[in-house]
Amino acid sequence: MRSDDTRVRKLLPLPLATVHILLSLAVEERHGYAIMQDVAARTHGAVRLSPGTLYRSIQRMLEQGLIEESRRRPVPGEDERRRYYRITEFGVRVVRAEAARLAELVGFAREIGLTPESA
Amino acid sequence: MRWYEWLLRLYPAGFRADYGDGMREVFAARRREARGPVAVAALWLEALVDVARHAVPLHVDVLRQDLRYTKRSLARSPGFTATVIVVSALGIGMNTAVFSVIDHVLVRPLPFADPDALVRVWEAPRGYTRLEASPPNYRDWAERAESFERIAAYNVRSANLVGRGDPVRLQGAAVTADLLPLLGVQPARGRWFTPEDDAPGAPGTVLLSHGAWQQVFGGDAGVVGATIRLDGLPYVVIGVMPPEFRFPDRRVAFWTPLRLGPADFEDRNNNYLEVIARLKPGVSLDRARTEMRGIMARLEAEHPVENEGVSANVFRLRDEIPRNARLLLFALLGASLGVLLIACTNVASLQLARSLARRREFATRGALGAGRERIARQLLTESVVLATVGGAVGVLLAGATLPLLARLVPASLPIAGTPSLDPRVLGFALAATALTGIGFGALPAVRAGRGAIAAGLRDAARGSTGHRRRTRRALVVIEVTASVALLIASGLLIRALGEVRSQDPGFRAEGVLTLRTWLPWPRYAATADRTAFYRRVLDEVRALPGVVSAAYSSFLPMVMGGGIWPVEEVDGQPRERSAGETASLRFVTAEWFETLGIPVLAGRPISESDTRDRPAVAVVSQSFVDRYWPGEDPIGRTFHFAFFDRRVVGVVGDVRVRGLERTSEPQVYLPHQQVPDSALMFYPPKDLAVRAEGDPLALVPAIREIVRRADPAQPVSNVALLEDIVAENTAPRVVQLRLVAAFAALAFLLAAVGIHGLLSFTATQRTREFGVRRALGARRRTLSALVLRDGAGLGLAGVALGALLGYAAGRAMQALLFGIPPADPVTFTVAIGLALLMTLLGSLPPALRAAAVDPNTVVRDG
Repeated sequence: MRSDDTRVRKLLPLPLATVHILLSLAVEERHGYAIMQDVAARTHGAVRLSPGTLYRSIQRMLEQGLIEESRRRPVPGEDERRRYYRITEFGVRVVRAEAARLAELVGFAREIGLTPESA
Repeated sequence: MRWYEWLLRLYPAGFRADYGDGMREVFAARRREARGPVAVAALWLEALVDVARHAVPLHVDVLRQDLRYTKRSLARSPGFTATVIVVSALGIGMNTAVFSVIDHVLVRPLPFADPDALVRVWEAPRGYTRLEASPPNYRDWAERAESFERIAAYNVRSANLVGRGDPVRLQGAAVTADLLPLLGVQPARGRWFTPEDDAPGAPGTVLLSHGAWQQVFGGDAGVVGATIRLDGLPYVVIGVMPPEFRFPDRRVAFWTPLRLGPADFEDRNNNYLEVIARLKPGVSLDRARTEMRGIMARLEAEHPVENEGVSANVFRLRDEIPRNARLLLFALLGASLGVLLIACTNVASLQLARSLARRREFATRGALGAGRERIARQLLTESVVLATVGGAVGVLLAGATLPLLARLVPASLPIAGTPSLDPRVLGFALAATALTGIGFGALPAVRAGRGAIAAGLRDAARGSTGHRRRTRRALVVIEVTASVALLIASGLLIRALGEVRSQDPGFRAEGVLTLRTWLPWPRYAATADRTAFYRRVLDEVRALPGVVSAAYSSFLPMVMGGGIWPVEEVDGQPRERSAGETASLRFVTAEWFETLGIPVLAGRPISESDTRDRPAVAVVSQSFVDRYWPGEDPIGRTFHFAFFDRRVVGVVGDVRVRGLERTSEPQVYLPHQQVPDSALMFYPPKDLAVRAEGDPLALVPAIREIVRRADPAQPVSNVALLEDIVAENTAPRVVQLRLVAAFAALAFLLAAVGIHGLLSFTATQRTREFGVRRALGARRRTLSALVLRDGAGLGLAGVALGALLGYAAGRAMQALLFGIPPADPVTFTVAIGLALLMTLLGSLPPALRAAAVDPNTVVRDG
């Protein structure tokens, strides 16, 4: 659908925190704290989402329809107030488009010899 | 973690409710990971930055939503919206305008360096608090006083300026060289006077005001260094003052050196110097006053005759405001605060009614998950939006009324004639807006809204609680109180104006044209030269068609209240020098009494045959006779006055020289030809009065032509109708009265609307109760009476409080009331009657509605 494509394109480029959260949720449903831990682990501690950044991003992403609250409830022994989030179809398309955009960017860099290896 | 809780509070409540737990968890984990004080400090710093980066945009988001919702919600009820905006705009606008005048006149520092240290120094003879200083006394003060850093003297003069275009008459001031350094002001162009300029015999120098430079010289930069002629004498323009420099007041167009010479220091009873001084740092006003009184006591010992009973007074320059002008401003402030109070009450009652009507909406939103804070915030946004629009309209309104208020700025102050809307005034408007919007708009709305959510959907549409009913009753009482007080205050002022207007000025002003030809010295220092001028002008003016009579006098009544001379001897007996022994001195030509319509009660008027070689004669007013020869024939009696023994040849009616509101000294009229040459420079006739049939103003071109033929260099100024001068005399009072009356009318109207709204609302809330009562057998009339009684009770309570407040206001402004007692029965009866009528009319429609309640509907639907 064209109009859907326009919706996707309108969101690009995504803020870095949004990309990380989408990638993290693309793997599995998680709660906020788990997202923070996952992102930190995947980036070897380089990206540590602050509580404000994390949850304001989540609020906005919920509004944009990139993610939704999952029905999954905390397992016994876990904090009962935890909420779980999962990526939506639309969210997957958006993060895919963002990845493609970034890949293209890396491609341009390579063409002129600016590869990570040459640095 | 306590600190983090506190930081979390900075996020919008809705966001906190949704994500607070998660944020706490994330932060706690990060806190556990942080090792060592540096890492902990970094984490806290990050938390602070986090709040700043995210909380603010989140609040902006909420605000944006609220504004969208507000726009829709207000658009749905345009009547409510318009009423609240108009009511707030009136309240805020009037108060902003009055505040700007009060700030301008009473509060703002004067435009000089360290203005609090500036004081005026006066002689204080027995019976006077302020009298201008004589040059010798001033010189001695300057030599002896330790309290002052500098002391300077000036006196107001005026001069004919010939040079560019038509000759003009300009107000000016003659000042000592010390004045400008004392005030701490620099000329915008050129230089200030040096002591050399101020020395007797130095070439004439003059400084121009910015206004004179613009108007008379078209802003020509080449004017500095040019020579102009003032009263026929050459003066070199040495500079131009900045636009905001107005000293001693805004009418002054030029400054020349005062140049006191040896002759000026001979007479200690020639009081004409205005004295200003700057207190040394750390010297108090009291200390300066004590010192000056000590100096004056020693001067009295040294000159026991001239300085007998003369002390000194020191006042802050800022406080030299006429008492009535100050009172008048406070009366206006009180009136405008009354309007604001009523406006606020109306806004509160409107909001209350609206939020009760919206209970279902709030309850629905509450049921859909909107928190209490969310709805409170929404209501706050609505009220603030309304108040802000009201405030903005109010400021525009204030800007439009400011020129009208300029009449309330006393002309005697060194400040601009019209106040301006500056940041301070806008700050005040903002505060008034916040008061209206938050204090009287949001709070009642929020309280009502909160109740709705707590009660839930089921009860939301039900009637109000007892607490809220009490609030509404209190609002009614406040509205009645404020409007009664305002009605009484303005009623008293109206009565006072009537009283002032009914005063007989002592002359007939209708059909009299006046204008001024101030003959300059030394050209006209000889009495014969002046006489020739008067004779020629008067002869030709009297020959003009329609002219009944024409005459010259030293000053016009009400325009010039001063010109007072001590009566030194009566029938050869010396009189004590005191305020009670003075009379107003006027030199006049023949036909003066005829032209002004002053009745000649005995003897004869001044005539053209009263010349220098004839005995010195005088015509006195009736009060002069009552003072010195009560019950006796005054004709032929003598008194020593203005250097000569004068023989009374006639008695005339008294004139209100000092205006309708002040007591005037008895009047003495002397023949203009009996002024010695080069003497009494201030007194030779300068004001021409012409009594004419038809339109006197039509004569002006012909009279100007006559003056021009008599002396081409002589300007004609101050053209006016005597009627206008009399009207001008009460103009400040009329302006003030109009304002107070407008405020009172406004308050009355607002209160009437507000009271009607509140009572209707109360009655509507009781519809169920009335239905049940009807069903139980209560008669229609009983229910109507119930509502009316309720209204009347509230009205009476308000009237009682308002009458007390009105009486207090009357007492406070008694000085303005011209003898009308603060408890004036006429005023009180009318004000109270109007207020009761307003309350009863307000409760009549709801009373009728109460009677019309159908018990069946109420019982079935309730």
